[in-house]
Amino acid sequence: MATEPLPLQKPAAAAPRDAVPATAPRAAPETGPPLVRFDDVVKRYGDHVVLDRLNFSVRRGEHVTLIGPSGSGKTTILRLLMTLEKVSDGVIWVDGSPLSHVAAPDGSLKPASEKHLREARKKIGMVFQQFNLFPNMNVLRNITEAPVNVLGMDRAEAEDRARELLDLVGLSGKIDAHPSQLSGGQQQRVAIARALAMRPEILLLDEVTSALDPELVAGVLDLLSDIARNTDITMVCVTHEMNFARDVSKKVLMFDAGHVVESGPPEKIFSDPEHERTRAFLDAVL
Amino acid sequence: MSDFFSAFLDDLPQLRSGLWVTLQATVLGALAALLLSFALGLMSVGRLLVLRGVSRVVVEFFRGTSLYIQLFWLYYAMPTLTGYELDPLLCGVVAFGLNYGAYGAEVVRGAIGSVPRGQYEAAVALNMSPLHRMRKVILPQAWVQMIPSFTNLLIQLLKCTPLLWLISAADLMTVVQQLRDRTGETLAAYLTLLVIYFVLAYALTLLMNLLERSAKRRLGLHTGAGSLLRSRSATEAVASPAGGAR
Repeated sequence: MATEPLPLQKPAAAAPRDAVPATAPRAAPETGPPLVRFDDVVKRYGDHVVLDRLNFSVRRGEHVTLIGPSGSGKTTILRLLMTLEKVSDGVIWVDGSPLSHVAAPDGSLKPASEKHLREARKKIGMVFQQFNLFPNMNVLRNITEAPVNVLGMDRAEAEDRARELLDLVGLSGKIDAHPSQLSGGQQQRVAIARALAMRPEILLLDEVTSALDPELVAGVLDLLSDIARNTDITMVCVTHEMNFARDVSKKVLMFDAGHVVESGPPEKIFSDPEHERTRAFLDAVL
Repeated sequence: MSDFFSAFLDDLPQLRSGLWVTLQATVLGALAALLLSFALGLMSVGRLLVLRGVSRVVVEFFRGTSLYIQLFWLYYAMPTLTGYELDPLLCGVVAFGLNYGAYGAEVVRGAIGSVPRGQYEAAVALNMSPLHRMRKVILPQAWVQMIPSFTNLLIQLLKCTPLLWLISAADLMTVVQQLRDRTGETLAAYLTLLVIYFVLAYALTLLMNLLERSAKRRLGLHTGAGSLLRSRSATEAVASPAGGAR
């Protein structure tokens, strides 16, 4: 459970003026222990097997993009990580601890209680395809609600931090606006600011540009590239935007039918894929 | 008919106290029903199977038994069973609370279910506790969906208060009945009742529409001119949910 404090997890007062302080990239993230590890994870809905003994890991600070055809289980992976769904079998490890299990006295792993899940969720944030801003709160309140009432942050401090984050996402002028008064792209930026306000170690991005009008996509992608460059937040993205996968991520995982077909750096996957399945998929989407 | 209206004016104090009893029964009954609606409704969406079961049984029982019979039970049968005699108005408040609370519980349950699932998921992703999610995210959005149905139930409850006559509470109905018996003016008496109950019901509708408008404004939903005077049906409200994605 020991967490190494990341710049985004320090109180705002101690952080540099920038909302998301720039940090030198870690020396060799490729060699660190995995921050997230899927260990023979199975997810079934009734008889339908979505993930079939899935194994993969993400190292601290890595930006991983999951690509693959619809229904290949990419979004399910994010939903399992966010504990929105339960694994049918196998274990997900986050920072060395089981995400949704607790060790029983006999050493076996049992499904965890809500209390354990809330502890586990502290490290993880998520941005959704449909933004899911709270329509009963204005922009400021959307961002500060959880820091104040979940993290116990002082309201004034949380509001200062929200202003910094809104500045970062380019929406300083919309602090009092209502979600319904914002465009899709603006709503998604607020949703990103809202997730960052919780200082996650791992940020899950679930097709965050899929619901946006084409002309709004670029702004959100630029913002995410910025965050990827200037923070050491570990990012796991599901996307159909291959440009995003290429620009932001260091590692691309190609999924099909609940398995990792192929993984590697984006240059490799996009220009010289090894598997026929990957090639066919890329031909279809590029 | 003029006999009736002069008697009506003579009896104004009794009429006023009858109106007061009717209003008390409506407002207190509605408050009891509201409390029970939320208690049973929240139990029915909770994680505990026992609570869901209890809620189900209570809702089905009080929805499935007649309000008349519930009133008679409380007023005539309870004293023989327990030795305690309840004041007629209190009987009314309890019976209305139980009966309309059972209907209201279904409204609460349905409205909570109509809040887009993404709202719940976003609240989980922000690590809110189950109580926090319900209080700050789900209920404020569900509340808007509940108001039109609650308006219908409130007006139905008001229109059921003449049943108090059956257990001799001195409500408006009882007082006007007595007036009719004394003057023999059936037509004028029942016309008076129609008008008074309509005015009361319409006043309640306007109040509830105001409430709905302010609740909607808080969600940033469009509230066009004229929405205040229009009486909305519950089905219409369900058809225009406060989507999380707009």
